[in-house]
Amino acid sequence: MKPARRNRLLLILLMIAGVATAASFALKAFNENLMYFFSTTEVTEGKVPQGAKFRLGGMVVKGSIERPDNGMMVRFVLTDYKNRVTVEYTGILPDLFREGQGIVANGRLNDHGVFIADEVLAKHDENYMPPEVADSLKNPEEQP
Amino acid sequence: MSFVPAPISRFFHRMASPPHFYCLTNKLLPWLTVIFILLLGYGLYAGLYLAPTDYQQGDSYRIIYVHVPAAWMSLFIYVVMATAGAIGLIWRIKLADIMVICSAPIGASFTFIALVTGSLWGKPMWGTWWVWDARLTSELILLFLYLGIISLYGAIEDKRSASRAVSILALVGVVNIPIIHYSVEWWNTLHQGPTVTKIDKPSIHIDMLIPLLVMAIAFKFYHLIALLQAAKVELLKREQNSQWVKTMLESET
Repeated sequence: MKPARRNRLLLILLMIAGVATAASFALKAFNENLMYFFSTTEVTEGKVPQGAKFRLGGMVVKGSIERPDNGMMVRFVLTDYKNRVTVEYTGILPDLFREGQGIVANGRLNDHGVFIADEVLAKHDENYMPPEVADSLKNPEEQP
Repeated sequence: MSFVPAPISRFFHRMASPPHFYCLTNKLLPWLTVIFILLLGYGLYAGLYLAPTDYQQGDSYRIIYVHVPAAWMSLFIYVVMATAGAIGLIWRIKLADIMVICSAPIGASFTFIALVTGSLWGKPMWGTWWVWDARLTSELILLFLYLGIISLYGAIEDKRSASRAVSILALVGVVNIPIIHYSVEWWNTLHQGPTVTKIDKPSIHIDMLIPLLVMAIAFKFYHLIALLQAAKVELLKREQNSQWVKTMLESET
């Protein structure tokens, strides 16, 4: 390779390495802000913003969905398989909302440690299969 | 470059020569178009009709057959564009410069398709059109990178320095590509994790996977067709005063 070309190649590699380093430092610094939601463990450990709105993600615990006053208000429990948080939400739930499903709720904690959600989004998983296959895979012991 | 075998290096030298590239492109294009139409026809039929419905999402998941190949292409084209940019900067090959600027609108279109179809998918499934999670935001930045490259090229009068400037911009933006790909693993996102690139455990049923891969290959062929067409036009525009264009036009008329 001619020296001029080699120099240009080195310059380009150096530029990419520099940009990559800068980007990784920036992403590391903003790591907390890039998390779209907090886990239920972070809520029980008190690592979430107090009195402010934040997003909470987790799995809906099987058999925890109830409508206490038979109205629009729905109460359910979220878990990350370590800690649980009770969520209350008034409104229309997305189609994919069901027991054992991952969801993200936006809202704030009240004084009793109950998460009052203004918005509930369903998080669908990365698995795609026909219903028959899903039925045959279902293991009754493997429940949150 | 003694470590590259002579026939390969000769092939690249021939490909980099504009008249040879022009003739080869003209010969290839009809074949590429036929393959593209066959793959697209089969992919759409198999994906929208033959593939089974999903256990969770029903028929709505079928948008995957446009959304996922488009999103893959948006990343793939960016890598191709940045590589061409590096080649153009280092070896000063005219054709590489042309490839950079011809890739940008195609990549921008695929990114736009991926964002729009993702949004249409998000409303019924997640319950929202758009969220500012890491995956969606980094893909939006990719669209802005493409648009930035197109506008920067248009803003500089001298096309040789314009090519150099957009190549550098494209290379700087490469840092976004791994961020998009790994965003769903590094951070909590509403967007689900990777399905197909998970090697240890395939998480898509084989009857759903095959049409997806066929569509991905069809999109690759479309990219090739669109890129070669655009490159041909750009090449004629830049070389309009050169001898080979004049001879070729005279022989065609």
